[in-house]
Amino acid sequence: MFDICADPKSLEGLAWALCYLTTGKHLLFYGSFFVVLALMLIVAPIALAFGFGGAIAARSAFLPLRLFGKAYTAMVRGVPDIIFFLFVPVAMDQGLEYLRHLWLCPPSDAPLWSKGEFAVCAAAKLPLSSAPQIWHEIYGFFLAVIAFSVVFGAFAANVLYGAMNAVPRAQLETAEAYGMTTAQVRRRILIPQMWTYALPGLSNLWMILIKATPLLFLLGVEDIVYWARELGATKSALYDYPHGDWRVWYVLALLVYYLGMTKISERVLDRVTSRLSKGQATMAGEAQRKAAA
Amino acid sequence: MTDSCTQIIADYAFRSLGYGERVLPRSDFTLCHEFTLIGSGLIWNVYFGTLALFFGFFAATALALAKASPRAWLRRPAEAFIFVFRGSPLFIQFFLAYEILVQLPKAGITLGGLLIPTDWTTSAWAGALLVLFLNTSAYSAEIFHGALMAVPKGDIEAADAYGLTGWQKFRRILWPTTLRLAWPAYTNEAIFLFHATTIVFFSGFPAYQQRGDALYYAKFFADKTFNPFIPYPIAAFYFILVTLTLIGLFGMINRRLNRHLPGQSRPKLRIRPQIIR
Repeated sequence: MFDICADPKSLEGLAWALCYLTTGKHLLFYGSFFVVLALMLIVAPIALAFGFGGAIAARSAFLPLRLFGKAYTAMVRGVPDIIFFLFVPVAMDQGLEYLRHLWLCPPSDAPLWSKGEFAVCAAAKLPLSSAPQIWHEIYGFFLAVIAFSVVFGAFAANVLYGAMNAVPRAQLETAEAYGMTTAQVRRRILIPQMWTYALPGLSNLWMILIKATPLLFLLGVEDIVYWARELGATKSALYDYPHGDWRVWYVLALLVYYLGMTKISERVLDRVTSRLSKGQATMAGEAQRKAAA
Repeated sequence: MTDSCTQIIADYAFRSLGYGERVLPRSDFTLCHEFTLIGSGLIWNVYFGTLALFFGFFAATALALAKASPRAWLRRPAEAFIFVFRGSPLFIQFFLAYEILVQLPKAGITLGGLLIPTDWTTSAWAGALLVLFLNTSAYSAEIFHGALMAVPKGDIEAADAYGLTGWQKFRRILWPTTLRLAWPAYTNEAIFLFHATTIVFFSGFPAYQQRGDALYYAKFFADKTFNPFIPYPIAAFYFILVTLTLIGLFGMINRRLNRHLPGQSRPKLRIRPQIIR
């Protein structure tokens, strides 16, 4: 990256550190921090939408929809989330490939799971084996986003379902007394009012989402854990920058990164909480009213 | 089907501990194979969960008291410990612990003429258990601290009026009330600790001679058969059983903790997955 780095073997001290920390692989490592941030920022709204749908479904008057919603919210309670992280991407991948198999492949009687592979014809593979590497990576990231969204959607559905039940009955009854229909009550009172009750749970969920991102590594995405292990491993004299086993330091850097993320998130969420408690008939809202008076 | 199911169970029921058949099945995977091996792996999840929870309980009580202490030299370290273990991913904690334990001198440490071997610390049964113990201590300490802060003022005044001080006041008044208040949240923590045991063998700690936990074997089958729709639901089924057992056990303790209260006002155990790592 810099001119002085042309001959790494002759470098010493600070210059060595500067050149070492700006090698191509290190730049990829720094880039993977943005992959993690991107994952969180993409997953959060999708998971919220999934959760919202799940919570509304669990309150539905229509039985099959209600059962679906209840099952979705219950799903993450008894089963470790890592099982879903391993299961959902493979299941999604095979589901999509199976649909393409029905559409694109010549009909065959061969069993789908045979000889240690998912046997669809080459035309049905996702992405096509001839596709450039970048598409394989994007597809892997896409599957990871789906897996995270499904799991965190279920967590969010739990939180939102609880929050909707926590909105004081009296507020909803007042709305009904004004002659609003069920849909109107939901849109005008229930949903705006539930956020203050949902916020503690949702902010907790955001913290959990931050802490779940290293699991990307398990899904084969080249994330920060992958690069930390790759870069930290012992480099023999064959490499430009030989060094011993530095994985401890790389992983320690990740730990500090995550602690920083947690700290910043705590600050921001505290602000949002106090904003949303304004004027609410809750303890936090009451405390604010008294402090102002 | 090549073997009878009883034969498979005899061969593989304790495979995760190193007993029975050495070689994992290579082909002709039957449902019996998958149920037996994944169930065999569950032994490790139960081992990690139970021991970490047991030792973590006492450490968490001490940490919660330290965090509630007015003395800064006690409070600050406890706060820092809780922040580090709650603020960072368990997955990273496993990696870091493994890398640190690997750095220990292979030959052992000599301490006052006594040679302490160190090679066992990098194996999962010890290293991962240590991390899980520290982790659950931090999470439970936060729960216990919250409950300790919520002990009604009247209870403490009553204890003072009876002349209870120090250990007696803690043992008879503070601790039982803290436990009672903390129990629903602590039940949650226990459930998610058992769930967290599944990442042990994906986080640096090697599965020596392919002795792994339930999810390790589930992934083994999923990778071999390329069919995720059988092994993962089996693992999920086992974990639902574990969760239900835990709810049952913790519910019994909850009833005992609240036995002096009239039925209506007893807190019910509800699983709220807000408190997970």
